[in-house]
Amino acid sequence: MRECFEPALETMDRRELAQVQLERLQATLNRVARNVPLYRRRFAERDIDPEAFADLADVRRLPFTTKADLREAYPYGLFAVPLREVVRLHASSGTSGKPVVVGYTRNDIKTWSRLVARILVAAGANRDDLVQIALGYGLFTGGIGFHYGAEALGAAVIPASSGGTRRQVAIMQDYRTTVFVATPSYALYLADTLAAMDVNVNALSLRFGLFGAETWTEAMRAAIEDRLKLTATDNYGLSEIMGPGVAGECQMKAGMHVSEDHFLIEIVHPVTGEPLPDGEEGELVITTLTKEAFPMIRFRTGDITRILPEPCACGRTMRRIGRIVGRSDDMLIVRGVNVFPSRVESLLLEAEGVTPNYRIVLTRSGALDEALVEVEPTEELLFDRVAEHQVLVDRIERRFASELGVGIAVRLVEPGSLARNVRGKTIRVVDQRGLGKDA
Amino acid sequence: MLTLRNVDVHYGRVHAVRRVSLHVAPGEIVALIGANGAGKTTLLSAISGVQRASAGAIEFNGRDIVREKPERIVRLGLSHVPERRLVFGPLTVEDNLLLGAYSRFKRREAEADMEEIYAMFPVLCERRRQQAGALSGGEQQMLAIGRALMARPRCLLLDEPGMGLAPQVCKEIFRHVALLRQEKGLTVLLVEQNAKSALAVADRGYVLETGRVLVSGTSEELLANRDVRRAYLGREREAESGARGRA
Repeated sequence: MRECFEPALETMDRRELAQVQLERLQATLNRVARNVPLYRRRFAERDIDPEAFADLADVRRLPFTTKADLREAYPYGLFAVPLREVVRLHASSGTSGKPVVVGYTRNDIKTWSRLVARILVAAGANRDDLVQIALGYGLFTGGIGFHYGAEALGAAVIPASSGGTRRQVAIMQDYRTTVFVATPSYALYLADTLAAMDVNVNALSLRFGLFGAETWTEAMRAAIEDRLKLTATDNYGLSEIMGPGVAGECQMKAGMHVSEDHFLIEIVHPVTGEPLPDGEEGELVITTLTKEAFPMIRFRTGDITRILPEPCACGRTMRRIGRIVGRSDDMLIVRGVNVFPSRVESLLLEAEGVTPNYRIVLTRSGALDEALVEVEPTEELLFDRVAEHQVLVDRIERRFASELGVGIAVRLVEPGSLARNVRGKTIRVVDQRGLGKDA
Repeated sequence: MLTLRNVDVHYGRVHAVRRVSLHVAPGEIVALIGANGAGKTTLLSAISGVQRASAGAIEFNGRDIVREKPERIVRLGLSHVPERRLVFGPLTVEDNLLLGAYSRFKRREAEADMEEIYAMFPVLCERRRQQAGALSGGEQQMLAIGRALMARPRCLLLDEPGMGLAPQVCKEIFRHVALLRQEKGLTVLLVEQNAKSALAVADRGYVLETGRVLVSGTSEELLANRDVRRAYLGREREAESGARGRA
């Protein structure tokens, strides 16, 4: 059995875990019904008696909490304790609308630190490691979340924060960093910088890397592992629930163990909200079981994944979730099939000869949706290997049909021809079907 | 070792315990804390079978005991030390102890166990021939615990062991509770109004308020929790912030 930070808890018998979850769910419901006006009102409106919860499955009778609820409660409306009990505030980025402010009591910070320490140990770290945290510090939970977790573990923390890549490289070399924490895209950027600076990666001391906060692919994992010479694991968290530490991969690299003694997870249909069976892909919904300051009941994360119910070889009994494959708000429905642009993108990335510059064009012919992916090929393929164009298109179309479950046509377009947004990325989806969003 | 799921207890017309779920693992000391009337004593009585749970499941060592008779539950290894000790005043200390072995009926074994209890509480040995009613409060509490131990329990339910005792005596009682776990591997579910002394000896705790569990956690977490501090550690908290204010 592999190392665990809290072995007795992380390998807890599933029946004992169910008991702990039930106890904590009941106490959480009693507390939110008493202390949070939104929940008190919702329970009253729907005639929900928080005391009537006799089974974990009863959680399905509770209303969802959405990002919109959180924005409406800005800044402190959903806090379950008075501000004087709060020792820390963080905020999630307000990409659309107001940000969301989250609070932590002293106990919440301790729990958070322990849960991050769990994923660090699962990823291979121990107290002898030097952990370089190249995630943003500040209101964003990433940097400080990992910082406290690594300290709880007893490792030496290098709070490098994000950016300053040449400085990151210098620190990595001089301090002999052994564990690197960043986003996967930054890890690849760092690899480019190492190459540009002509640094011998084999002379670095890197052993493990924890990468999260973005959707990424197995292909990216392979590239990061190869170029940084470390073992890369995925991890998952979100400020609304806690920050990093909600789930993390172990050394099996086959899905992220969720700390189910602190979070109750469900997968629901992104459109209907109906619970889906284990193994099916859908939107992740989380209920916190121990949060004091900012408890969440059935929070719709917007993240699309699935529960992997099979036991893991590492010995942890906490169930795993698969990679986050997309966001429910990005989801397209093509001929009744859910299609995530991020999925399309990762399939394109696996195909040699095309760039990540693409767009999905949706049209309607009669009653039928037509989907077309326009993608810019590499210059080399475009000019030197004209004969291969049709072969490539056929191959990608076959991949789409088998992986997405719906036929999507592929067309190669001239490099640079697709419309870009202000950040230089192509506009991913063009929907010309003239449907309302709810259709 | 002991698992409760969705236990309801009605006390006459009062719904005293509402959907309480809790568990005690082998060798753990778990505290149930809460104000007067929170349902703590009622819950203990439901576990030991003195009171009937109106709904829910109570499992002891994997066995459902919700419908078992109290004497049967004692024989299964679960002993209840009731609130206010309830020793038999006119009887001698020794007879009180022997009554605790009532469920086993083996005089020789009982006498051997009694010697062990005397070794643990020498004061009981000194007073073995005295009437229990003549003992001090702390001594009566020791006797009540000793009497429960005579049934050779694996799990002890302790109801307000510190009630009405001087702080020093109370401390002594709790020290013995910790020793019982350490030396005999005893599992303890402890009810206490004095949250601070209970959490000092317990590993974990549940906070009951008007029959519901409001918070649960390790003793350390509960001592840092606002609801616990406000309701059950109130005075000490004020004193502490007062001291900080002057510093």
